[in-house]
Formats: sequence, structure tokens, C-alpha cells
Amino acid sequence: MSEQPAVVSCHAPGTALAAADNPFLNGLWKQNPVFVQVLGMCPTLAITNSVRNAFAMGLATTFVLVCSNGLVSMVRKMVPKQVRIATYIAIIATSVTVVDYLVKAVSIGVYKALGAYIPLIVANCIILERAEAFAGKKAVIPSMLDGLGMGLGFAFALTCLGTVREVLGAGTFLGVPLFGHNFEPWVLFLLPPGGFISLAIWLLTFTLWRQRRASVAASRAEARRPAPALAEVRS
Amino acid sequence: MNDSFTHIFLDAFLINNFVLCVFLGMCSFLGLSAKFSTAWRMGVSVMFVITVSGVLSYGINLVLVALHAEFLRIITYIVIIAATVQLTEMFIKKVSPALFRELGVYLPLITTNCAVLAVPLFQTSRGYNLAQSFVFAVAASGGYCAALVLLSLVRERVELSDVPSLAKGTALTLVLASILSMAFMGFAGMGSGG
Repeated sequence: MSEQPAVVSCHAPGTALAAADNPFLNGLWKQNPVFVQVLGMCPTLAITNSVRNAFAMGLATTFVLVCSNGLVSMVRKMVPKQVRIATYIAIIATSVTVVDYLVKAVSIGVYKALGAYIPLIVANCIILERAEAFAGKKAVIPSMLDGLGMGLGFAFALTCLGTVREVLGAGTFLGVPLFGHNFEPWVLFLLPPGGFISLAIWLLTFTLWRQRRASVAASRAEARRPAPALAEVRS
Repeated sequence: MNDSFTHIFLDAFLINNFVLCVFLGMCSFLGLSAKFSTAWRMGVSVMFVITVSGVLSYGINLVLVALHAEFLRIITYIVIIAATVQLTEMFIKKVSPALFRELGVYLPLITTNCAVLAVPLFQTSRGYNLAQSFVFAVAASGGYCAALVLLSLVRERVELSDVPSLAKGTALTLVLASILSMAFMGFAGMGSGG
């Protein structure tokens, strides 16, 4: 992965430094689609009532992202600016149709559990956002890497959420009981309100962590500042 | 009973509310609910788009089934939706340029609203006929509009109160949505009687 060309950021100036390095890691963590950009909320909330479904949904979305980012990047010079969104949507819809049949062929159980949410990947805003913000401007390989990173970041976030909801709501992890017979499952976490509240908790945790880190970095910078000032005075 | 118009309407509007119980159209629900004035305008435009595209895709699905080309469903539905959104945009621009300017950015965004795509997909998988599809589309989009307006009213109130700096933004909106969703869970009992 170290041979790939440096990628210039396409985000807001504030995040330029974060996006300047590896597009794969960028999507996985720094610009995580769910925890940082808060995109693609529908599957994030709807499919995360068990770890298995959440992870399957994440993988399906990753596949669509890699396909659509690659294809969009390939045709980016042929498509006139005015019809680019329509072209992107057609490409995304094609990738989603492929995934729809792929999941049906691989596991009918997962297909039934995910239900209408597989076709609905078309309307997942992450995919169109990546096509517009990244793949429409960059070469094929970085675009596919970006798709892979964003997709796995999405899968990671979904699995985080699925873990909380399954452990609290059903007392199991991947279907394995964790707490013995006396555990009364907190069913609310499997129901819609639980989805909202557990995402809120994750977002709060990440915000808290980021604020802590920012304040630590600020105090370090504060501590380091006097030295160069002294050097300037001397010169 | 399960196919009667009242049942379809109540089911899509309250019991399985598209936003608060089935999690569709979340992006616009969280993004556009900060102000009541934008929320209800967005809700009404989405209602229009969903109803028109729902009825159109019912017709297109008949053609696809006749041609044995069901694998084209997702692509045709999304094209229909994009066309309807374009049409709505032109229509509003012609009738009320002031409203068009206010909605501006939000109109094209309706294309990637999953609630709009879900209506044709659900009505196909449940095998609704034309009249049932129409009722379902109106009820589902009405439910979306109601949820959006409710959340915007709550958020306007919360705007004035003092919340911890940590919880400002999306996390607070999610907590509010969770409470609204709990309220809507009360309607779940209405479905079991039918």
C-alpha cells in the first residue's frame, strides 16, 4: 500500500492534513462515515440489532463502495459535468443489483434478515458522497482504496453499534449467550428507540475522547511554546 | 383486514412509522429538522415526490414483470425517482419562485432519500394493487412529514435551553429522536388487533 500516490484532500481545509495521507486509513478512522461524518444513518440504525447482520450489511456496503468508486473513477473523464450525478446513480444501482443477487446466492438467511435494506444501499448517502467527493476526481486505484477504507470504516461502526445492542438487548454476542439464565434482556435496545440511543452514546463517547485529546494536545503545545519564543528573543 | 385501506394507512402512518420505527430517511430527518419552517416544506415536497413516484413505479413494475426483467427494478425505480424530483423542481420553480429559492439545496437531495426508494420497493414486495399503493405512499410520506415536523418543534424548544457542550449537535438530536420513537412504540398495539 506504500507505493500508491499521495492524495490531495478534497474535504474542508480543516481536515486537509487528515485526508492527505493514506485514503484507506482516512476512511477507516479519521473520516469514519458514521462516527465522524454522520452519513448513512438508515442502515446504521436499522440493521444493527445483531452483530452478524450489522457486519453483513457493512460488507455489502463495502463491496458496493469499491465497485462504484472504481467505475466512477474510470468514466470520470468521459462524463459531462451536467449528467454526472445521474451517471453515478446508475453505476451505484448496478453495483447494488449485483450485491442483491450475490447475497441471495451466498446466504439466504442473511438475505432475509437484511430484507429491503440491500436494495436501499442505493440511497445510502455515503456512496454518492464518495463518488462526488473522491472518485469523480481521482485515479482508479486510490478511489478503490478509498471505497475499501470507507466501507470497512462503515462496517466497523455498524459492528460497534451491533455489539452494544445485541449484548444489552439480547444478552448474546454472535448468538452466544453471555450472562447465563438470570440475565433479563434489556429489550428496548433491540427496538427502534434503542438504536437511536446507542448511536447517541457512541457519538458522545467519541466526542468526549476527541475533546480530551484536543485539550491534551493544546496543553502540550502550550508547554512547548516558550522555548522557540526564547530562541527568537536571543537572535 | 390486513389489506384494508384503513389498516394500510394506520400501519404506514403510525404503527410502522417510516422514520421512527423503520429508520428510513434518517439523513434528512436529522439534517433538516433544525427549523420548523424548513421541516414542513421539506416534508410536503417529499410527500409529493413519494406519491408521484410510488404510483409511477407501480405502472413500471407491471411492464418489468411482463418483460421478465425484474432484475432492472432497482435501476428503474431510482431513475423514476430522479425524474420525479426533477419534475417537482421545475414545477415549484414555475409556480412559486420564492419557495424554490428557500428549498434550493434540499430539493435535489430528495433523490438520495431512502424513504422515497423504500415506498416502491415495499409496495412491490407486499403485492399492493394501484389503489393500495397510492394509500400506502400517502400514508408513509405523511408519517415521514409528521415525524420531521414533530422533531423540528422539539428541537426549536431545546435550542433555547442550556445543554452540556459535549451533547450539542447530532447526539442530542438522536436522544430526542429516541424519545419520540418510544412515544411511537405505543402505537404498536394497534396493529395486533387487525
